[in-house]
Amino acid sequence: MTATSTPGRDARAAICDVAIVGAGLVGAAIAYGLRHQTRSIVVLDEGDMNLRASRGNFGLIWVQSKGLGMSAYARWTLASSRLWPAFAAQLREDSGVDVALDQRGGLFPLLGEEETAARVRFMQRMHAQPGMPDYEWKLLDRHQAADLVPGLGPEVTGAVWSAADGTVNPLKLLLALHTVFARLGIAYRPHHGVQEITQRDGVFHLRTPQGTVRAHKVVLASGLHNGVLGSQVGLNLPMAPQRGQILILERTRKLETLPFVTLRQTDEGTWLVGDSQEDAGYADSVVTLPVLATLADRAVRTLPALREVRVVRSWSALRVRAQDGFPVYEQSTTHPGAFIATCHSGVTLAAAHAQTLAPMIGAGALAPELSSFSTQRFHVQKT
Amino acid sequence: MFKRLEDAALALSEQPVHIHVDDRPLACRAGDSVAAALLAAGIDACRDTVVSGSARGPYCMMGVCYDCLVRIDGVANRQACMTPVREGMQVQRQDGARGVRI
Repeated sequence: MTATSTPGRDARAAICDVAIVGAGLVGAAIAYGLRHQTRSIVVLDEGDMNLRASRGNFGLIWVQSKGLGMSAYARWTLASSRLWPAFAAQLREDSGVDVALDQRGGLFPLLGEEETAARVRFMQRMHAQPGMPDYEWKLLDRHQAADLVPGLGPEVTGAVWSAADGTVNPLKLLLALHTVFARLGIAYRPHHGVQEITQRDGVFHLRTPQGTVRAHKVVLASGLHNGVLGSQVGLNLPMAPQRGQILILERTRKLETLPFVTLRQTDEGTWLVGDSQEDAGYADSVVTLPVLATLADRAVRTLPALREVRVVRSWSALRVRAQDGFPVYEQSTTHPGAFIATCHSGVTLAAAHAQTLAPMIGAGALAPELSSFSTQRFHVQKT
Repeated sequence: MFKRLEDAALALSEQPVHIHVDDRPLACRAGDSVAAALLAAGIDACRDTVVSGSARGPYCMMGVCYDCLVRIDGVANRQACMTPVREGMQVQRQDGARGVRI
């Protein structure tokens, strides 16, 4: 990334107000959100060979599939999607980077009656939960979907549409946040993977390969590493990475179509095909033919014109998930001042992380509205 | 900017391969890549980028930079450096992104 730190022994020797562990979309958004409340912020990053979920994701701001099993997650997600326009505008002003926000809605493609029935059941179960927020969604038949997607494949029998969904360019989002580091004096330190955290006399000591960083508060935003680091500050959460593989097609002229959860065109014309979900441990360095073939098959059935468009890249990345798939936000009771933020939707939730979560961290306490996201839920005794 | 080696110039004159670049005839050496033939003919820009519209030409010559994309025999986004010239080939400068027929 473009942001660099100002080296200097003085800065390192001083105790900073907040150390954020992780410079991906979650850590970077929180750092950005803390800018008004906090004088000295240091963001500690690893290197490019480490797990890089923020560089491998699909760039959706997605609401319509979130929250079955926890309506608080649906509310948090919807709130973030509504904060996004102001967040993107402010970020553009502060960084000079346009993240290509497009919130004209999104589609979940349905290929056949079986998929339609299963999806309708899912949506109905989810929206029947107490506390689910209201947003506009509906099941479109084939003709309604074809009106929104010129060239829709004949096998597509319908789609679930929601007005709340959208996309950004995720790499531009990461670039924007890192550009802000340099402009706002947030210290960015790459190759500072945190190995151990201890708290003495109210000061956190974060041991890294480049020496120890000290801070009054620490925010764990280190993705899948949050399980290990969390346990060092009394926050125990079981991590369950989920692998996603993505196909990248060559750039084409823009088609006037809404994004699908599985298939979208970026602002610069590149096509992304994705949404595979596998339990593959921590193996993010391989792609597999059966998964890629399935992705390609569904993409050309959804938009047959893509048959002629070549694949130029493919990759795997690991979704950052706690065991139940929902976000985790909590301040440690054994190590006050240590906060944890873990979620797989670093793009969707970036606005909420910067504008809602970060000010709470700055003020020293998370609001009750976030209590559903604490690690307590993993430690309930099963009867 | 580029000049053929003597042997290559000789091979070209003895047994040329004829292609067309934007409808103009160009004699090439058998075994030339399209990119090499373009550079030897002084054509250093073969496309305009999708995002900014600025001119690009062959750069890495080994298939990794994708800067030499051209339209070959009606097919867009072909890598000129990875495609050998063939008698009668039609090469066209590529202006922005390829289209999709829906």
